[in-house]
Amino acid sequence: MAETGKPPESYTLRIRRFDPESGAAPYWAEHTIELEPHRSVLEGILQAKGRFDGSIGIRCSCKAAICGSCGVRINGQPGLACHTHIGRAKETSRDGVIEIEPMGNMPVIKDLIVDMDAVHWKKVQRVTPWLINKEPIPEREYLVDRESMVDVTQTMACIQCGACVSDCLSMEVDPLFIGPAALAKAYRFVGDPRDAQQYERLQDLAEDPHGIYDCTHCFKCIEACPKGVAPMNQIMRLRRRAGSDHHISDRNNGERHEAAFVTLVKDHGLLWEAELLPRSHGGNSWFGKFAPKAGLELADSLPVITKAMLRRKVTPMGALKPHKIPSADLKQVQDIYDTVHGRDERLELNLYITGYDEDEAGAQEPAAVAASGGGDGGQTAAEGGQPGMTPEDSPTR
Amino acid sequence: MKVAYWPGCVSRGFTPELHGSMAKVAPLLDIELVELDRACCTGAGVIAEHNQELADTLNARTFALAQQVQGADLMMNICSTCQGAQTECQERLDANAEYREHVNGTLAKYDLRYEKDNLANKNFLWVLVEELGLDELRSRVKRPLTDLKVGPFYGCYIVRPTDRLGIDDEKPRDTYLSLVIEALGGTVIEYAGMQKCCGFPIITMNKEASLKQAARHLGDAQDADADCLVTPCPLCHLNLDLQQPLAQRHASRALDMPVLHLPQLVGLALGLDPKELGFQRHVVKPASVIDWSTSVVAGVGDEGGAVSARGW
Ligand code: SF4
Ligand code: SF4
Ligand code: FES
Repeated sequence: MAETGKPPESYTLRIRRFDPESGAAPYWAEHTIELEPHRSVLEGILQAKGRFDGSIGIRCSCKAAICGSCGVRINGQPGLACHTHIGRAKETSRDGVIEIEPMGNMPVIKDLIVDMDAVHWKKVQRVTPWLINKEPIPEREYLVDRESMVDVTQTMACIQCGACVSDCLSMEVDPLFIGPAALAKAYRFVGDPRDAQQYERLQDLAEDPHGIYDCTHCFKCIEACPKGVAPMNQIMRLRRRAGSDHHISDRNNGERHEAAFVTLVKDHGLLWEAELLPRSHGGNSWFGKFAPKAGLELADSLPVITKAMLRRKVTPMGALKPHKIPSADLKQVQDIYDTVHGRDERLELNLYITGYDEDEAGAQEPAAVAASGGGDGGQTAAEGGQPGMTPEDSPTR
Repeated sequence: MKVAYWPGCVSRGFTPELHGSMAKVAPLLDIELVELDRACCTGAGVIAEHNQELADTLNARTFALAQQVQGADLMMNICSTCQGAQTECQERLDANAEYREHVNGTLAKYDLRYEKDNLANKNFLWVLVEELGLDELRSRVKRPLTDLKVGPFYGCYIVRPTDRLGIDDEKPRDTYLSLVIEALGGTVIEYAGMQKCCGFPIITMNKEASLKQAARHLGDAQDADADCLVTPCPLCHLNLDLQQPLAQRHASRALDMPVLHLPQLVGLALGLDPKELGFQRHVVKPASVIDWSTSVVAGVGDEGGAVSARGW
């Protein structure tokens, strides 16, 4: 895709301008610049700033996708301005004009510069982003097994650019949500065998109404991240550890919802939706729906449920009787549950680390990384280990 | 075309009109459905969240069952969430031979085996555009959706992550709903929320945030002057239709936005009766909100009079 060697072309940028201090409304400004197609959108913005209007506000430093300061939205998608080819940006634009806006979910300071301190950095601080040493602190280095450090390398790749925060759909409706970048950072320490407070960290994040169970699983952060951190996957790993390893029964129904879902599919082969809601609130058994909390929830949902009944969407029998798969097949499903649950350790294949078979290096890597690390022996943990595969192209579309 | 058909759980539970309308529409498109009635729930991402290997094994079992269907061209689903959950598992199984063998090892007991490179799994939406083709679809339209303003609602699982789902310049699958609406003769209404999250995944964890999401997108669509929405995802349908009376509270206004399942919209244009398509099962009844006499029916004259006389 890198079209090096091509002659310069002209590109028109439509830049969102806004100075909150001026009292004037935001507006769009268009500038046409000349660049080779393989150059970056950032270079385009800087050229516009140099040639036409020095007052355009943009933050940047490294110009090499390292410092994380040039996060913007390009044609509606969040990403790094320095990591997006200008030719490609034109191709993905609606009308041939490259639209550049400040990131979302954060207040604008000026033009393309948003207030990272007010949102992003505050949230990162919220998750205690440092190692709480296991005692006693060894005289030399901690000895940990290699796998458990490989497991956290993906989160170490984060450059704190805020692209994931910009378009997080939970944060859009719940500004208090801790958010993708900070929760990915949280996994970096929860997954670190040298940390002393994994349980406490998990309990804190599970009990917070705006914590790990507030993520709506929308993949926006995965799509946005220029570094392949896949914050949503890290949040799912936090949930897996909180729920399946530590059985933290949180007040947000997170653990109960997951347990109820998994149990219902085991019992019936298919999801029995009518049972999922009451069990998520009350507890994971048929009696769950008689718990007071489930009753409250039912009362709140009553207008919806009666309406659905009137429309014959939920027939009383349909709600009471689960749909099932044939019994021989249900047996197989339950057998698979038992086999997998019976394993000594949970298997997790992280493609970020193992890569794909087609990749030359990928196939030789260990097939699966055991998620529940914490064994003794092994090598010294090294910060910033190189992952097997770093996604090269930013997914900015 | 013969497909190994995975309807999903919700289409046979809370949204039976989805499964029902698909069954009605398939013969009109010459799609033969061989239902995978022995397969189990995809886990909708929740089982994977609990235990990845468990989700991968359960779905590998479904893939193996699909591969056993004689003469099937591909596997088809009618649920964005199933598509996303299955594609995620399939990606892992395809990426690593050792892992695939490990999972197949578990399945060997049941004489099942998933073979790589031998199973395309596509949502009905993708089948319409890539297998049937838009021209073919257009040629089968009996009652063009003239003047019907339809807002697409994709759901997250079928548009992100783009690389996993094979969305690129050649296959712009994140634009297919618009292409289909146009092919059916309708007008596409674009609005801010069309590729955002309906909020369903957190309805039990943070109900307020969940309903706020639904309310926001429904409101956006209303502001953009849509008559109705169409979605390829029954879970989105639950939050947008079933929960709409509650979501409305967060919008502080009446929303009254009907939400159609994709096969229902297609069926309507292919001339099926709205009753057959299960419109009456919706919480927000399409009939009470859309003036069908000037939209769909206007294009077909007399036939329209007969239909609207039934009072749906
Ligand atoms: S997946 Fe979760 S954390 Fe990521 S953008 Fe969506 S809601 Fe936010
Ligand atoms: S996780 Fe990715 S998108 Fe989010 S701040 Fe870190 S590098 Fe940026
Ligand atoms: S300027 Fe440093 S990341 Fe773009």
